[in-house]
Amino acid sequence: MAAVLETVGLTKTFGALAAASDISVRVEEDSVLGLIGGNGAGKTTFLNLITGYLKPTGGRIVYRGREITALSPRQVTHLGICRSFQIPQVFDSLTVIENLLVGTGIAGRALEDRTGAQAAADALLARFHLTAHRLELAGVLPEGIRKLLDIALALVTKPALLLLDEPTSGVSAEEKFALMDLVLGAIRNERVTVLFVEHDMDIVRRYAHRILAFHEGRVIADGPPAEVLASAEVRRLIVGEEPRPAAARG
Amino acid sequence: MSRFGRTEALLAISAAALLAFSPLLPKWALFLVTVALAKGLVVLGLLLLMRAGLVSFGQGLYYAAGAYAAGIAGQMLRISDAAAVVALAAVASCAVAAVVGGLLATYRGIFFAMLSLAFSMILYGLLVKTSALGSTDGFNVAIGTVAGVRLPGASARTGLFALTVGLVFLAALGAHRFLGSHLGRLAPAVRDNELRVEYLGASVRGVVYLNYLLAAGLSGIGGALAGLAVGHIDPEMAYWTTSGEFVFVAILSGSGSVAAPFAGAIAFEVLRSFAYEYSPNTWQLVVGLAMLLVILFLPSGLWSLFTRWRRAR
Repeated sequence: MAAVLETVGLTKTFGALAAASDISVRVEEDSVLGLIGGNGAGKTTFLNLITGYLKPTGGRIVYRGREITALSPRQVTHLGICRSFQIPQVFDSLTVIENLLVGTGIAGRALEDRTGAQAAADALLARFHLTAHRLELAGVLPEGIRKLLDIALALVTKPALLLLDEPTSGVSAEEKFALMDLVLGAIRNERVTVLFVEHDMDIVRRYAHRILAFHEGRVIADGPPAEVLASAEVRRLIVGEEPRPAAARG
Repeated sequence: MSRFGRTEALLAISAAALLAFSPLLPKWALFLVTVALAKGLVVLGLLLLMRAGLVSFGQGLYYAAGAYAAGIAGQMLRISDAAAVVALAAVASCAVAAVVGGLLATYRGIFFAMLSLAFSMILYGLLVKTSALGSTDGFNVAIGTVAGVRLPGASARTGLFALTVGLVFLAALGAHRFLGSHLGRLAPAVRDNELRVEYLGASVRGVVYLNYLLAAGLSGIGGALAGLAVGHIDPEMAYWTTSGEFVFVAILSGSGSVAAPFAGAIAFEVLRSFAYEYSPNTWQLVVGLAMLLVILFLPSGLWSLFTRWRRAR
């Protein structure tokens, strides 16, 4: 399969801290990748580098055969890469439909399609089951709904590569699977490649076709879920299910 | 979508009523409304900026730039048609904004407010020092023709009033259409979340720049019309107290409608005229008290009175 995204020796340092060191990954089209790792392992930094929010210290990022290393988030968005955020980034003083209209308006101008903006916003509203919240202000919505709106905004520009930063954080345990089903269901048949950062291993196991495990800015494991989650290093450093000598403490 | 039609109807009816009743208005009232509407244009521009979360304490820069462009065109270039000099004023103030706006578009909050004030004071300083433009005294401007029509004596004032009403109608209508457009909707989006706007693929800087240019153009037109109405322009138009007055009127008016700045500006001019008439030494006190009352009891501005009344019906 063709690669949507490829990073070659991607490195980002903040002073002495390496938030990303020598990350070389190839992402195939139409796949769902889970990114796991402890806090500060470099998962969000990886997303920030891909979307141009952070400029890498070294290495290259290639998207569909085109180098995007030095581009800004805006330029990257135009090329078809979009993201959602761990803390939802929505327009608090606007209603849900207005939030989406801002997005479809921008996308519409890029696509030379002004009249379709309203219809596109309504369609997204329905796909994300947000129709009931249509006229509510985004600032007063429950966190789970804000998460959905944030992801819907990321899909407004019809991206080919969707990056989700902890889509289920701040969502109650029983709603996590429903949210992932909803999001992945909404983009089924659209050939969207998804990278999602996740802490819940049950979610990763169920939805990811492949897992990248991060630790201290490096990718320490890359492969199918069963294989990565079974790796001793991943279990010790990330999942935290080592044969426990630590238990002696208690 | 019926609300869109309603605002347009309101604007058209107000403009028609102003024109129809203008022969009945005493001379002072005609003058007061002309100046108030001209200032209302500046306030409308401020409203566009405020939607993007920006408060400019330097709109006097464009108010004066427009007035001086009109004055220079009239006195020195011998262009004496009011409509033509107003058009020139709009172009001149947009040209200044094209440069200044490029510098300001990256600043927010207090930095944007103070820098815009600083730029207006630079123009004030320049005008005060330029003896060719009358220094602190400024110079007189006269109306030759209005849109090609020669109007003798006092009827020139009526002609200018009609031109002002016409331009205000077009500006308010244009602003209303702009607010409802995809481009116009980006201003509150920028105010709320710049990061998301960039991640949706639009340029935050571009949005701020565009709204800044529009505000400058409106202020320039307002300055030219005010200069023509008064018949005299001076550097005071660029002074920071003039800019502060526009912010004052913007808060007094509220942002409920594109018509609010004009209603607010008329209310402000009436209030000031009467305050000055009855207590010439303490008129600022009266105006200040009025502001306090509006902030305490009508936090959404005078326009909220109208919205409440309409809702009650």
